[in-house]
Amino acid sequence: MVCRIEVALKSGLKDALGDKYARRAVEDLNLNVEAIRTVKAYLVDFEGIDSNALKQAAEGPYSDPVTQICSIDSPLFKQMEFEWDWLIEVGFRPGVTDNEGKIAKEALELIIGRKAADEEGVYTSSQYLVRGEMNREQAEKLATGLLANDLIQRTLVATREEMERFWQAKEGPVYAIPRVQAEGEIVVKEMDLSAMSDDELIQLSRDGVLALNLKEMKTIRDYFARPEVIEERKKVGLGPKVTDVELEALAQTWSEHCKHKIFNALITYVDEDGSVVLEDSLFDTYIRGGTEEIRKRLGKDDWCLSVFKDNAGVIKFNDKYGVAFKVETHNSPSALDPYGGALTGIVGVNRDPFGTGMGAKLVFNTDVFCFGPPDYKGDLPKGLLHPKRIFEGVREGVEHGGNQSGIPTVNGSILFDERYLGKPLVFCGTGGVLPMEVCNRPGYEKKAQPGDAVVMCGGRIGKDGIHGATFSSEELHEGSPATAVQIGDPITQKKMTDFLLKARDLCYYNSITDNGAGGLSSSVGEMAEEAGGFELHLDRAPLKYPGLQPWEILLSEAQERMTVAVPSDRLEAFLELARKMDVEATVLGTFTDSGKFHCLYEGKTVAYMDMDFVHNGVPRLELKAVWQHPEHEEPVFEEPSDLGKELKTILARYNVCSKEYVVRQYDHEVQGGSVVKPMVGRWCDGPGDAAVLRPDLETYEGLVVSHGICPRYSDIDTYDMVCCAVDEAVRNAIAVGADPARMAGLDNFCWCDPVQSEKTPDGHYKLAQLVRANRALYEICTAYGVPCISGKDSMKNDANIGGVKISIPPTLLFSLIGRMDDVRKAITMDVKAPGHLVYVLGTTYEELGGSEYFASKGFVGNRVPQVRIKEARSRYAALHNAINKGLVASCHDCSDGGLAVALAESAFAGGFGMEIDLDLVPADSIDRTDYLLFSESQSRFVVTVATEKKKEFEDEMAGTVTALVGETTRDQALTITHHDRKVIFEDIGLLKRAWKEPIDW
Amino acid sequence: MAGKVRAIVTTGYGTNCEMEMAHACRVAGADIVDIVHLSDILYGEVSLDSYHFLNLPGGFLDGDNLGAAQAGANRLRNGVIKDSGERLMDQVLRFVEQGGLILGVCNGFQLMVKAGLLPGFDGNYEERMVSLTYNDSGRFEDRWITCRFNQDSPCVFTRGLEYMDLPIRHGEGKFVAKDGETLGRLADSNLIVMQYVDKESGQPTQKYPDNPNGSELAIAGICDPTGRLMGLMPHPEAFHHKTNHPHWTRKEMPEDGAGIGIFRNGIEYLRKNVV
Repeated sequence: MVCRIEVALKSGLKDALGDKYARRAVEDLNLNVEAIRTVKAYLVDFEGIDSNALKQAAEGPYSDPVTQICSIDSPLFKQMEFEWDWLIEVGFRPGVTDNEGKIAKEALELIIGRKAADEEGVYTSSQYLVRGEMNREQAEKLATGLLANDLIQRTLVATREEMERFWQAKEGPVYAIPRVQAEGEIVVKEMDLSAMSDDELIQLSRDGVLALNLKEMKTIRDYFARPEVIEERKKVGLGPKVTDVELEALAQTWSEHCKHKIFNALITYVDEDGSVVLEDSLFDTYIRGGTEEIRKRLGKDDWCLSVFKDNAGVIKFNDKYGVAFKVETHNSPSALDPYGGALTGIVGVNRDPFGTGMGAKLVFNTDVFCFGPPDYKGDLPKGLLHPKRIFEGVREGVEHGGNQSGIPTVNGSILFDERYLGKPLVFCGTGGVLPMEVCNRPGYEKKAQPGDAVVMCGGRIGKDGIHGATFSSEELHEGSPATAVQIGDPITQKKMTDFLLKARDLCYYNSITDNGAGGLSSSVGEMAEEAGGFELHLDRAPLKYPGLQPWEILLSEAQERMTVAVPSDRLEAFLELARKMDVEATVLGTFTDSGKFHCLYEGKTVAYMDMDFVHNGVPRLELKAVWQHPEHEEPVFEEPSDLGKELKTILARYNVCSKEYVVRQYDHEVQGGSVVKPMVGRWCDGPGDAAVLRPDLETYEGLVVSHGICPRYSDIDTYDMVCCAVDEAVRNAIAVGADPARMAGLDNFCWCDPVQSEKTPDGHYKLAQLVRANRALYEICTAYGVPCISGKDSMKNDANIGGVKISIPPTLLFSLIGRMDDVRKAITMDVKAPGHLVYVLGTTYEELGGSEYFASKGFVGNRVPQVRIKEARSRYAALHNAINKGLVASCHDCSDGGLAVALAESAFAGGFGMEIDLDLVPADSIDRTDYLLFSESQSRFVVTVATEKKKEFEDEMAGTVTALVGETTRDQALTITHHDRKVIFEDIGLLKRAWKEPIDW
Repeated sequence: MAGKVRAIVTTGYGTNCEMEMAHACRVAGADIVDIVHLSDILYGEVSLDSYHFLNLPGGFLDGDNLGAAQAGANRLRNGVIKDSGERLMDQVLRFVEQGGLILGVCNGFQLMVKAGLLPGFDGNYEERMVSLTYNDSGRFEDRWITCRFNQDSPCVFTRGLEYMDLPIRHGEGKFVAKDGETLGRLADSNLIVMQYVDKESGQPTQKYPDNPNGSELAIAGICDPTGRLMGLMPHPEAFHHKTNHPHWTRKEMPEDGAGIGIFRNGIEYLRKNVV
């Protein structure tokens, strides 16, 4: 029996959600919408539920009698004093995660005192009562263009008469349950590769969305033709044909995503002068190689604990704790379903540090987004969402994921470029603390033992995310579960992490890892490397709905699951604790030392392969890279007469302007360790350079979190792009007080496809960009002594827009964690008082290539900023000492928009003016004032110092480029003179307004 | 256990401020502070009976999926203790009757009003009279606000406190009463413990963002007529040390955060009157 409960706010109360959508319908879609009121609907599908229980649910957990009204099996809109023209109802498609429905079901279980049966459930949908004259087409545009995402949701657009009819019928759309209909029978397909031609092999790979190339397909074919393999498989009841379970598992394990084939390829690099270098694995040479060199140099003081081998990198924080940190991207899913994609991105990366070592307690999140411009007015091909919609969806997904998980979002950025229209980049990062010792073993290590049970905990398995985002929306139909997109469920995950941390401290398990990309295949497969093999019974896995094929169970990327290795003598206690804490935990098999990747379904073997072949059998790529320096037009334009106006223009550029709108919606203080927040200064609206937090409230030792990212420089040379990104991360951390000797980094490469092919005719150049980026990473990380401890690459960020291929600019996000001995020595970027001395540290060069200023004039230019590593290092060391001695009142780094922006931000964040003489700014043969103001030379800071600390500060900075250029004033003006001429004279309040306006939604 | 103030901080099902809540209790002088997962109580392994001070921390109980703390309040009301069969709510009511203190912050406050623990007129702790609903801004927000304490309120947690800067971090913090009469009664009995104020004038305000959510009468926190039960949207436990304050790099401040004062008052009250 299906009942329908509807809930809405009382008419006297403001419906903020409805108001927001009404506003956006007008602003973003240009529709004639006057007002919107929202209604929440619950379809309750429980056997034999009595009307009392239903009434109790409706008036209890489903609605709030103080603020809301509700109805049971009658249209609530009739009770609402609200005139409307269209009703739009948005519900989920079958199989899509419905978090509210799940909680509604659990609440009802408590009321009726029994658990729901498998086929019972509660399904939610949202109704929007829309007032405004529109035709049906416009109402449908409102539905799909703003209120719903067709990919995961179904919509009903109806007039009042239509709704009356639906209600009278008591069937149809208002009572339709989005239940997944199981289709077809469970069957394991077998394929005879031995008889296949090259073309047929490629066809099989393409049809099955396996993404394996010919060489890889042949390697698989040859493996299954080996006599000893045939012999062994025969013993477990398998023939010479490969099963779909095996082929899918191999495709997953050998995917670019999991194996990083490009980073491990053999690359022939041809330089501009024709010289040829053979690059034997960029990862081993430049990333792992750089870290090894630094660790060797540190010797017995090495503070890296676990690098490149676990789900996150781990460094030592203090004698009690290590810190695990990882950043992931979730780009394609976020393009399809921004909310679900980003939510999954953040709760997904949470499981990386959580699945590192014996499991870390999560203490901070970071996020960096790259979008198309939110005011984009051009055409968008079908299937592509408007960048503002992507922005809002991603923002909200990360908000819900981070906030509900109780992890503070402490640091981030948002960048804009039209080349991100087709592929937004969504970087989500999480850090956690791991006890140095867990159950008398190092907490940052783990080892599954043969005989340990394979236990899956948390959520259930559905068709979520199978084959990632390669499925297109056309392949979805009513009744088929939405496979392309996963939607995270932060609360199921929170319950699971609460449980597992308790189990960890009770020594209930030997190893833990997360189920992300590749699902069980990947998690169990990886852990089995510790033990030496596994035996997995796929039919024992708990499913969200029936009808999954064995290979789908193995590969599903359903979220909120961890796999743990539980020794047999703790198994009962482990499962009992799970029951008590309301977490589903299921034994799926056993870790073995057989050397075999062994899956069964209802007792019958469906996959049997050598672990060694699965993990190490993938053939190596051999690629070619050819470098050619791009030549851009050298900008020619007159120096503008009104530089104050130019400054406001730069402050208002999307890449520079305030992101407070987003920052405020993220909880950045939960867990109580917040020391330097994302927004700082007199009115808490200045842009902090880096976060400082205390992960352990028992000590004043602090973590510093920062990042650097500057994709625009890639237009000139990715070598410099990488140097600048790393420098930016380091100088941001230095600016708040981090110790330069205790910083570690994460490299996240987001690239466009760098493999030469018909589709990618410039692959040789793009690969050369990747080689140069890696060389730079090695160079600067080893010079700064900042080891990379983990990282990730996403190599196919291209989109086809209106028949034109658009590739993202090669983008490196360099995320950094640093350390402070005492957070009470941290400083912020806002000026503190009038009469303080203003210093500029570092030389300004004519380096406007790729700058915001040139971009504002429509140019790229050629002179990209160079990092002068040696100079920068000594400046950072000296400045750190000065900060540690309490000599610095404020410190802000110069980045996008250069010196002028740094001065303006420091002034308006602190609420005091500044008088600055540009003639005193250290500069290297720059004759134009605008260039001096807006050049983006690296490693520079604007620092203020109290007059009484002048001498001490200057002594500390001796030997570095440090210039006293002016002072702060009570007067609220930023006054900049050059050659005795006032070149900027602006009210700081107005500068701030210009900076805040663009994204003040 | 005579002489020892015993505090319990509950967690589980989406609560997430338990660490700093416990830390604040310790800094404020509680002798014993236990973080207890609700399942331990529901399994009958821990009972509120052995504590004096119940802390209901912030978070997202059940993801706030049916509205803030809606499902949480349902668990309180309909959840029963294993074996004994006692309702969880009955244990809480006994705790109140025996003179215990309850402090609900943010999601904990939402839980208290939705379960009916506040305002608790006439000793009725199960009737929902007031609520906390969606912010007028339609958003979750994290920002620091200033609030003023009611000098005439019976609240034991706020004695001697006048103004305090604290962070708010919520999407559903707008205080509404069932009707005008309820609101009037809250005001008349001085149960409105704290209000959001205009940062310049120090007076209660309806102006955003000083009043961050549009609360009626700028209400930020209330107590019951005994003064022993208090709920508030701002987070005192998130201002346990000066470095939590957004202006700590701009001016001198005492080492302990002002938020500790609320916990200290509660613990001192217990020391004098209960333990």
